[in-house]
Amino acid sequence: MHTEDPTAVLVAAARQGDEAAFEALVRATYAQTYTLALRLTGDEEDASDVVQESYLRAYKGLARFRGDAQFTTWLYRITANCATTHLGRRHRRRTDHLADDATVVDLDPERDPAAQAEAGALRDRLEEALAGLPPKLRAVVVLRDVYDMPHEAIAAELGISVSAAKVRLHRARRRLREVLFPLPGESAAGDHEERSHAV
Amino acid sequence: MRCEDVAELLPAAADGIVPGGLRGLARSPGVGLEDRSARRHVEHCVRCQAELVQYRRLLRTLHGLRTEVLEPAPGLLADILATLEAAGERQAVRSLLTGRRVAYVGGIAAAATAGAAGAILLATRTRRRPLAS
Repeated sequence: MHTEDPTAVLVAAARQGDEAAFEALVRATYAQTYTLALRLTGDEEDASDVVQESYLRAYKGLARFRGDAQFTTWLYRITANCATTHLGRRHRRRTDHLADDATVVDLDPERDPAAQAEAGALRDRLEEALAGLPPKLRAVVVLRDVYDMPHEAIAAELGISVSAAKVRLHRARRRLREVLFPLPGESAAGDHEERSHAV
Repeated sequence: MRCEDVAELLPAAADGIVPGGLRGLARSPGVGLEDRSARRHVEHCVRCQAELVQYRRLLRTLHGLRTEVLEPAPGLLADILATLEAAGERQAVRSLLTGRRVAYVGGIAAAATAGAAGAILLATRTRRRPLAS
């Protein structure tokens, strides 16, 4: 039996001018969109501004949404673009960490408690390490490694070349690895140790 | 091949991606650990193996963040909807004004056309009237 995707139904109705359908889409997706915006900006206030701007752009551009991608994928691209514009407009370097009181809701409850606790601790350290990255590196690693966005889409939304996106991803991963899993002789701050032994 | 050369390939090798701009940094321009000398090095180097494992663990943890949702401030939904409502109203006012403008222009055009037609008709009749002798 064929069952239609409820999001697709809402998108189709919203495209016909059904404002209640668009409101339902907002209600269904705004928390995830906020999560992405917060990860990209590292600041709650900036994230809220970015989310509002993103939905406004989505509302105005809904007629251009062809439906060949998922609505959330399209929305995440808009959010990435808005975050880049927003941070560029602010002209200030963000080093703030994610707020300590930000409540995290895990949507994957099928893990045993011990593994969940361990994963939770690692996740918290990772969130902190991500927040400590320069925004340009953070944006690429979040979009690629958390949201599975293709390099081409990341480059397009951040206004950089594909090769620049790949280089930023490489640097971001290296920094995160150095902070989270420093190797013997490597400081957690990510200092590079001169390694010269050959094999 | 030295550890520092292989280290440049490991972040991308963890999921099989090598940035084009970094190929020049490796001694031989290969693709990640498909590069035979890099692979041979890692097979014999415990340190590089450990580093590669840590990159894979990092990628798994990053991917795991996908299912998590950070709870927004309680007023955010209301703010988004208010922004959309204001935009919707602006749009409605704009389309109303555009509609009125079209009606005004249409009315003026119709009046001008009627006036011109009347003037032409009048002029034609005046020209046809025979001269009284």
